[in-house]
Amino acid sequence: MTEDAARSSATQTPGRPDFLTVRNFDFFYGKKQALFDINMDIPEKRVTAFIGPSGCGKSTLLRNFNRMNELIEGVHYSGDIKLLGQSIYNKEVEVIALRRSIGMVFQKSNPFPKSIYENIVYGLRISGEKKKSVLDEAVERSLRGAALWDEVKDRLHESALGLSGGQMQRLCIARAIANRPKVLLMDEPCSALDPIATVKVEELIHELKQEFTIVIVTHNMQQATRCSDKTAFFYLGKLIEYAETQKIFSNPGQKQTEDYITGRFG
Amino acid sequence: MSRESSDSKPIAEVRVGPDLFHALCWVASALAVATLAWIIYEIVTSAWPAIQKFGFGFLGSSSWVPNREVFGVFPFIVGTVASSFIAILFAFPLGLAIAIFLSENFLPAPVRQVIRFVVEMLAAIPSVVFGLWGIFVVIPIIKIFGDWAVKNLGGVPIFSGPAYGNSMLTASVVLALMILPTVTAISRNALTAVPKTLREGAYALGATRWEAILGVILPTAAPGVVAATILALGRAMGETMAVAMLIGNSSRLSWSLLSPGGTLAGLLANQFGEAEGLQVNSLMYAALILVVITLFVNVLGELVLRYTQSQTAGIR
Amino acid sequence: MDNIVTHAPDFFSNSQAEATKAIARSLWNRVLTSVCVALSLLTLVPLVSIIYLVLKNGLPLLSWSVFTQLPPAAGMVGGGFGNAVIGTIVMVGIGLLMSGPLGILSAIYINEYAPASRLAQAVRIVAKLLTGIPSIICGVFAFAIVVSTTGRFSAFAGGVALAVLMLPTILLTSEQALMGVQSAFREASYGLGATKFQTIVRIVLPDALPAIMTGIMLAVARAAGETAPLIFTALFSQFWAKSLSEPTASLSVLIYNFSTVPFPHQIQMAWTASLVLVAFVTLANITAQLVFSKKH
Repeated sequence: MTEDAARSSATQTPGRPDFLTVRNFDFFYGKKQALFDINMDIPEKRVTAFIGPSGCGKSTLLRNFNRMNELIEGVHYSGDIKLLGQSIYNKEVEVIALRRSIGMVFQKSNPFPKSIYENIVYGLRISGEKKKSVLDEAVERSLRGAALWDEVKDRLHESALGLSGGQMQRLCIARAIANRPKVLLMDEPCSALDPIATVKVEELIHELKQEFTIVIVTHNMQQATRCSDKTAFFYLGKLIEYAETQKIFSNPGQKQTEDYITGRFG
Repeated sequence: MSRESSDSKPIAEVRVGPDLFHALCWVASALAVATLAWIIYEIVTSAWPAIQKFGFGFLGSSSWVPNREVFGVFPFIVGTVASSFIAILFAFPLGLAIAIFLSENFLPAPVRQVIRFVVEMLAAIPSVVFGLWGIFVVIPIIKIFGDWAVKNLGGVPIFSGPAYGNSMLTASVVLALMILPTVTAISRNALTAVPKTLREGAYALGATRWEAILGVILPTAAPGVVAATILALGRAMGETMAVAMLIGNSSRLSWSLLSPGGTLAGLLANQFGEAEGLQVNSLMYAALILVVITLFVNVLGELVLRYTQSQTAGIR
Repeated sequence: MDNIVTHAPDFFSNSQAEATKAIARSLWNRVLTSVCVALSLLTLVPLVSIIYLVLKNGLPLLSWSVFTQLPPAAGMVGGGFGNAVIGTIVMVGIGLLMSGPLGILSAIYINEYAPASRLAQAVRIVAKLLTGIPSIICGVFAFAIVVSTTGRFSAFAGGVALAVLMLPTILLTSEQALMGVQSAFREASYGLGATKFQTIVRIVLPDALPAIMTGIMLAVARAAGETAPLIFTALFSQFWAKSLSEPTASLSVLIYNFSTVPFPHQIQMAWTASLVLVAFVTLANITAQLVFSKKH
């Protein structure tokens, strides 16, 4: 497993190491603090995995990258998160533009009750794209990108709700990459999938990092070793350890990390 | 009957009590079912002489002259349908807007609670109080609007004069207020039944709030909203007192919204107390038509609602 | 999300055109929000107007004597609507006596004894259909079976009409109440060797009682405000009723009758009666919700 990860990082040209940066970041749900002074640099075109027990803050941090947490009433933060050196909290940053450049795939697949085609072009349509040729091209490119094209190309105009669970999740990935995002956030994308569908999504993650910077939250440590380059371990809202995946799993620097990955808690 | 069968009683009686209770519950259920059949049976038999005499011509005839024993309800059917549809025209956008308002967080929760309470209060106010209020508030306003409309828009048939206070428009406006709670409550249920994940999905793709509402949430909730509208239409068609007090109760057909009209329910309310002979039979016939129309609309609404629930179950 | 951005957010957008478009989208979002909020607040206007007028026109005549005196004759002043208050209470009471046991027992049958039976399914469908039947049809029905056969308008006929009106509300809310009882309670009771009857009477009904009361309160509130079922069954009376078999006054019919006369004093009495009726209906609704929320 670790060889696999090593091989893939060796074959790739390294991108910016500080593509997405988090600085002194605290986050609160009302009075309850969920994240404590997080600092980390997420590298370009790499897969970074967030692991840790439930409630450790890994999903909270992920949902801050595209400001989804703002949908919850009474949340506030301090510190900063920057994409390519530009603060995502900058007043000039239109959150709708931010979310187009930082796509997200959810734990439970959530295709809209529309056709496969309409699901994919949703992001383009709302930003005003009307040309059929552009939309058609985007549908094919995204579905190919999500390794779903061959399975659905003959029924693009049928309801997306008729797909299998694994197909639905890959459709949601296709829908996210249709926006041509810079970063792809994945919140436990395989937790509701069977093992075969999980393998397909993991293979897809491998393909996607050629083009996208990926951050994935996972409960499954095998999954983290299989598909990530770097791993961050969170515990009780704090970033305990952040290093190359290989190092985290073979030679963790912290006692808590070791306890967690060897299954002593969580 | 529960007390009689407590443990201290002899065993034989303990057996009798439960069986009796079971039987009693069965009888009650049978009676409840029989009620609807009984209602329809009574109305049909009471209407029978009029049905025999006028046949289906009753539905198409426009004259209602009790002292010559000539009866036809066409204007009242038109009035029932028209006033309800116009009411829906007002209530639908308003009710939908309130339903969206209640399911979003535009304003803090306490404000939303107030609006919710207000809409529920509207549902609790008796029809006759709406009527009284309509006489002293809505009629004068509609009269002023009517005079203005006749002067400036008189060319349009629906605004042709002369303008009356007791008119189709007055009745429809008050009806709209009365059915607003129905539209709002059922639409709100449909909106909140849309899984949160769909909304998040739309936001994550860069949708603004209203792009998510109009593009994803409303289309998903659409069948439920349609059901809300149909059920509200059924309510409007059967609404009696406020309409009877405001519409003018005229059997003259007119294109103008500013003219008086009449509805089936209003006809019953006005004439039943003093009717005799064939007039009673004809009123029963009119009641039968009202029952058939409202039952049809309600069944349709319920079917759409059930379809909706099965649809949203598929998304979850 | 509702913030307007005045400066082109070109950094995260793929193009300047897209950035400009995003500003337009934000503005449009803001416009729609304002429209939606404005329309919602607009509903306050009619309700405030109704409450204001009922209080303003109804309060001056409100005194203890309106509850003890008879309605004034045409053109006369003074008087009250004591007979109408009693008439409303009596007729709602008759309606409740008939529909209450029927509705609750049916609900027990369809939720406890035979939930999947054909009869239970029929009861549910019929109850739903009955809620959709116009209230005036309840009056027509009572007219046919009571007024026509006895040859007179009566409080009893009015009560029958209200019973039909209340039945579906009581039945359906009772069913909901029984469904709300956790099945674990039933299982525990059976587990201790109780019979079905004992379980229903000792475990299920006491637990469901607050919610059933809620349904009854709602039905009573609705029936008390209804005019259409009474207008040609109980009719109206200027006098104290001596029996259930004579025409009987009710608050709602009094409001209807007095609202269309040309005498200011009668009209004001209609407002006062409205005040009493609205106060009662609101109180009943609030009590119903309090009783219900106590349980949950």
